[in-house]
Amino acid sequence: MAEKQYDWSAIAKNPKFVELHHKKAAFLFGWWIFSLIFYFLLPIGAAYAPGLFKIKIIGVINFGYLFALSQFLVSWGISLYYARVAERDFDRLTRELVDELHL
Amino acid sequence: MTFKNMMIVALLTFSLAAAAFAEEPKNAAPAGGSTPAATAAAPAMPAPPSAMAPASSQPAPATAPAQKKAEVKANKAVTLTMFAIIIAITLGVVVWAAKHTKTTADFYAAGGGITGAQNGWAISGDYMSAASFLGISGMISLYGIDGFMYSVGWLVAYITVLLIVAEPCRNAGKYTLGDILSFRTDPKPVRAVAALSTVAVSTFYLTAQMVGAGKLMALLVGIPYKASIIGVGILMVGYVVFGGMTATTWVQIIKAGLLMSGAILLSVLVLVKAGFNPIFFFEQVVTNPDIQDHVSKLVLKDGIVLNGVDAGQRFLEAGLFMKAPLDQISLGMALVLGTAGMPHILMRFFTVPTAQAARKSVIIAMFIIGAFYVLTTLLGFGAAIHLTPQAIIKVDPAGNMATLMLAQQLGSEIAPILGDLFLAFLCSVAFATILAVVSGLVLAASAAIAHDIYVNVIKDGHADQHEQVMAARITSLVVGAAGIIIGIMAENANVAHLVALAFAVASSGNLPVVILSLFWRKFNTAGVISGLLVGTVASIGLVLVSPNMTYPKLVAAGAQKVVAALEAKQAALPPGQALAEKDAKTLAKAKVDAQKTGTSMMGLEKPLFSLKNPGIVSIPLGFLAAIIGCLLFPNKRSEEMFDELYVRQNTGLGMSKAIDH
Repeated sequence: MAEKQYDWSAIAKNPKFVELHHKKAAFLFGWWIFSLIFYFLLPIGAAYAPGLFKIKIIGVINFGYLFALSQFLVSWGISLYYARVAERDFDRLTRELVDELHL
Repeated sequence: MTFKNMMIVALLTFSLAAAAFAEEPKNAAPAGGSTPAATAAAPAMPAPPSAMAPASSQPAPATAPAQKKAEVKANKAVTLTMFAIIIAITLGVVVWAAKHTKTTADFYAAGGGITGAQNGWAISGDYMSAASFLGISGMISLYGIDGFMYSVGWLVAYITVLLIVAEPCRNAGKYTLGDILSFRTDPKPVRAVAALSTVAVSTFYLTAQMVGAGKLMALLVGIPYKASIIGVGILMVGYVVFGGMTATTWVQIIKAGLLMSGAILLSVLVLVKAGFNPIFFFEQVVTNPDIQDHVSKLVLKDGIVLNGVDAGQRFLEAGLFMKAPLDQISLGMALVLGTAGMPHILMRFFTVPTAQAARKSVIIAMFIIGAFYVLTTLLGFGAAIHLTPQAIIKVDPAGNMATLMLAQQLGSEIAPILGDLFLAFLCSVAFATILAVVSGLVLAASAAIAHDIYVNVIKDGHADQHEQVMAARITSLVVGAAGIIIGIMAENANVAHLVALAFAVASSGNLPVVILSLFWRKFNTAGVISGLLVGTVASIGLVLVSPNMTYPKLVAAGAQKVVAALEAKQAALPPGQALAEKDAKTLAKAKVDAQKTGTSMMGLEKPLFSLKNPGIVSIPLGFLAAIIGCLLFPNKRSEEMFDELYVRQNTGLGMSKAIDH
């Protein structure tokens, strides 16, 4: 296996990589923490705010059901948003970095 | 190759024989208290209020007499034909996959040749067990919205997988958890400990699945417990040993396809009945007199009086099932963080060629899994409306048969034969589901033992392709055989807490060290080992002293209350009149239980830890132990190598190509 030798610490200091890593870390951990907080509102709310959860919104459908349903929509939303940002920013930066290294 | 083919043919005949061996179950009607899917469905949920009898907390089969009046009986000929078709198709896949499985990369990672979309379906197939398929809709049909809220965590878990672990693992890993963790640490001890935790997680999960499979097959088609376990076990070993990851992947894809078709078809039938109007659908729930009656009785146990529409509306409000909020939150933590630490899920990311494909596969899996859980609402509430909770409980107190009964009923409303066909189809979906999940688990455990322990610890990485593949095959055979034996031995064991335990270990042991390895410069060998060990030991230890275990004195105390209540009832009867037969039986049993004395497995009289799910304590402990262990024994080399790992995991540069020879 003819694996190319890379100077890893030099790449790690490459401004393109630094930009990639900052953008990515902020995005990933930011949305991860958001999704966790949003999720735990569901069991916490169901247990400690039953009054809110039983308010009827559409016909007999109450806030609790819609909130649980919104968890699905939010998860899907985050995943699609991430896919877009990753393709637009992270993948592009990675490609540019790799091209630069191979020159 | 001819030898391989012959073996496969032999396997096919053997497993068919095992299925055919299933004699007509004269009174093999599974004893009461059998809750096949729920064992996995409801990781350590509070016991359903309907099963408040103290005896419900201990392994029932030996003591509880068969009290079932109703049962779902699938048409055996049709069902077994469908099983045979599934077996034939999957074995065809195995024959084809075996031809392409020559190297270790082929065996563990399907040569990196799985596309993002295929992997998305395979992840769904790997993840959705019979428990989600039968258990969650059953829970909804009996306890309303709580079942739906429970399903949410299973999807949200994938956000962690998507954002934190999938792509870095693809870029930095090769076949196993040990590969990722040993990148910049002392490989031998780290691999050994990682393999240990992988085997622990897989064994817990596999045992729960095997026992569930045996009981489910007995309940559905009347195949005896042992024959089911052996049949399922032989198939699973056959897929993995001969077809490796390629065959496992395709079995999972086929299963996910079948599961989604079944769920969509049944949902459409339910929606037709509600005129495709969701508001009307929920009104049907609220105004259904049987549901109202069922809820009235449920809340009456908590001393609350609700009747009519109020009771119906209560079915759409939380808290009928999940009565211990802290336990719920703890379970949620284990689910949401544990999925990303599940070795058999992590392993799926090594089968795709690039990080982009890994990302795509998680997103596809999220849509499939999420859609399935949303449909589950329709199935669960649909079953409550069209079958009534009372009829569902009669067949299985845990509600696991709700989906199947619904299929039979809605099908036969169109034409009687359709009911049988539909039921048989869903039974075979359950069958395929079991096969797909257990195969993934066996492969993950075998990879940990063969790749991490044998090749890299014992042989120092000096083993040629042929020897490695041989080791992988033999290990799979042994792991599978062990799975069958454990499955048979655990028939009467209480396995309900094992799935929760698997998630607890994955979230407290594996996840912290995976995240810290990938993202923290200072992380090192000591951190990995202390994190993995403390997380794993803490989860197992807390479960061992939790209410999941059986405490004879508590059982006795509960039984005494039942005795007192029933004797009071007897005393209140006019002289000469005896208790109803059911009450008399309960009284007799409670009297026996009331004599129980002794201690739990751990020698305890009562639980030391009050939660059934340890996550809320063990996850922080796992993180803390990893951080403290690492800070106590700093390591320069690990820090220096962080740049390499970090650049690799972000860019995919120098990725270990799965196609390397």
